[in-house]
Amino acid sequence: MKLHEYQSKQIFSRYRIPIPRGRVAATAIEAKHIAEELGGRVVVKAQVLVGGRGKAGGVKLANNPEEAEQFATQILSMTIKGLPVRKVLVDEAASIEQEIYLGITNDRTAKKPVIMASSAGGVEIEEVARTNPEKIVKVHINPLIGIKEYQTRDIASAIDLPRECWKQFGEILIGLWGVFNDKDATLAEINPLVIGKDRKLTALDGKMLIDDNALFRHPDLSELRDTDEDAPSEIEARKYGLTFIKLDGNIGCMVNGAGLAMASMDILKLFGGEPANFLDIGGGAGADKVAAAMRIILSDPNVKAILFNIFGGITRCDEVARGILTAMAEVKPKVPMVVRLVGTNAKEGRELLVNAKMITAETLAEAAQKAVAAAKGA
Amino acid sequence: MSILVNKNTRLLVQGITGSEGLFHTRQMVAYGTKVVAGMTPGKGGQWVDDKIPVFDSVKIAAEATGANVSIIFVPARFAADSIFEAADAGIPFIVCITEGIPVGDMMRVRNYIDMKGVRLLGPNCPGLLTPGEAKVGIIPGDIAIPGNIGVVSRSGTLTYEVLYALKQKGMGSSTCVGIGGDPVNGTNHIDVLKMFENDPKTDKIVLIGEIGGSDEERAAEYIATSMTKPVVGFIAGQTAPPGKRMGHAGAIIEGGSGSAADKIKALEDAGVKMARHPEEIPDLLR
Repeated sequence: MKLHEYQSKQIFSRYRIPIPRGRVAATAIEAKHIAEELGGRVVVKAQVLVGGRGKAGGVKLANNPEEAEQFATQILSMTIKGLPVRKVLVDEAASIEQEIYLGITNDRTAKKPVIMASSAGGVEIEEVARTNPEKIVKVHINPLIGIKEYQTRDIASAIDLPRECWKQFGEILIGLWGVFNDKDATLAEINPLVIGKDRKLTALDGKMLIDDNALFRHPDLSELRDTDEDAPSEIEARKYGLTFIKLDGNIGCMVNGAGLAMASMDILKLFGGEPANFLDIGGGAGADKVAAAMRIILSDPNVKAILFNIFGGITRCDEVARGILTAMAEVKPKVPMVVRLVGTNAKEGRELLVNAKMITAETLAEAAQKAVAAAKGA
Repeated sequence: MSILVNKNTRLLVQGITGSEGLFHTRQMVAYGTKVVAGMTPGKGGQWVDDKIPVFDSVKIAAEATGANVSIIFVPARFAADSIFEAADAGIPFIVCITEGIPVGDMMRVRNYIDMKGVRLLGPNCPGLLTPGEAKVGIIPGDIAIPGNIGVVSRSGTLTYEVLYALKQKGMGSSTCVGIGGDPVNGTNHIDVLKMFENDPKTDKIVLIGEIGGSDEERAAEYIATSMTKPVVGFIAGQTAPPGKRMGHAGAIIEGGSGSAADKIKALEDAGVKMARHPEEIPDLLR
């Protein structure tokens, strides 16, 4: 789950990371009032969960409250990479001497969190990694111990930070580790962390990704979820505990297990078809879940055929068959459906579907070929 | 021989009284696995099906029954604690089936068990199966027969698909190991490949990977430099779009790395015969 800049920075600030004075606004008038309160020049920043908003014109420097209002009006009417801008952050403008990148993420190969820092801040770290990889300093954190103070000094020194800033930098990095660790983040990033003309460090921008699996212990963060970036079908699927990702093809897929779901999509493509979605009904799915999954697939008007590939293990094929029947009675699908049931209670499942006018298949390859043919014929 | 589990395995089930734990305990017992103990805090003294004693802690269970492998079926929020408990009780091999454990928990777990020298399989995995000897996990027993093919996979049901395809062609496996689909897990492809390379019962190997991470690329390096036995591979997720998590927490193409194409190329370069879909695997093994 992604957090907005203003949400991330609010969390940072609770960990004593200095952020600019400022507030979030949903209307241009609010933005003007905030600018008046702050006094002086302000930055109006679009709050959307995509990168590249600066280039898209979603970040503007305003010299006075009237300009702030004017820019807020513009930005609040924008759509950036398909996402509507619903809020702007109005921050006091900073004096910038130097921009630094500072982030913590998980290094899955090392099985440890890793701090990344660079003197080349202000641009995306991926860009730095491409152009100036030697400018990125990486230091691992032992998750059983946490960050050590000397590590913050080593990093400060490695990115040529002026000595007078080391102490501040150390406090900020320890704060960022606290954020990362306490909030179950998979990314906590300050970019840029700026050194001002007064030699004070400030987190000008902030980004956080939270581990969805850990949201059970962060109800406060779950509430912050912005669902704008998700397709409505993906939101609906999440309610039922289904993993669904909408794609551009025309063959709907319902599969149990993530790996098998991916392999089923791949084989459709291999035989000349295009999957309309990734859908994993998970292990042990009951009839109600299957019915919900089928409704979600059929809500996509592009779908011309559906492939059901169920390999029963924990999931019982007869339960899946019952779900299919429930959904069919409800939504009366007009598209052809190819079903393959193997494993636990497959025989019972097939018997239940015998009158359902479904195309059956024995092997995965056969099922895929039949689904591709059915989608083309429809 | 076989790897990791066999007929001498003495299995402890953590979370034995939960619905999943109980269902799969019965399946494992029916397969012939020696399930010697169960553990659910607060239910010590009970018996499962009048055969398996339930204990309050792993330590007491292990001391009383000599359990040498533990399998975990507890919900995600308690799973890390269960792994710590098994490791602290001196269980040398732990299998964790649980799906959805926070990655932060797994980082701590992995660093801890490495320090203790304990082996973990999973989490978010189907466990493992040595056909005809022991089933430790949830792989349906009847889809595989004993044989000389070692199978290692990051996926669950996709593994079943492969075992089933092998069986249809009369081919059996020495051991089938599901390493799980999480970004941070206990045992990776290389660990299992090493064991298969050293296992006299295994002549050929099937490696099933998926998008995300670099486990398959590292496996390819190992195959190229250190393996003598032939390997057949399959990578799922060739049609997956970048940046989207395909169900498994580990199955995501990040920042241009971890794509199926990269993994297929790395494995092909290492001499692995790659299947275009799971049902092609048996023919490539001939």
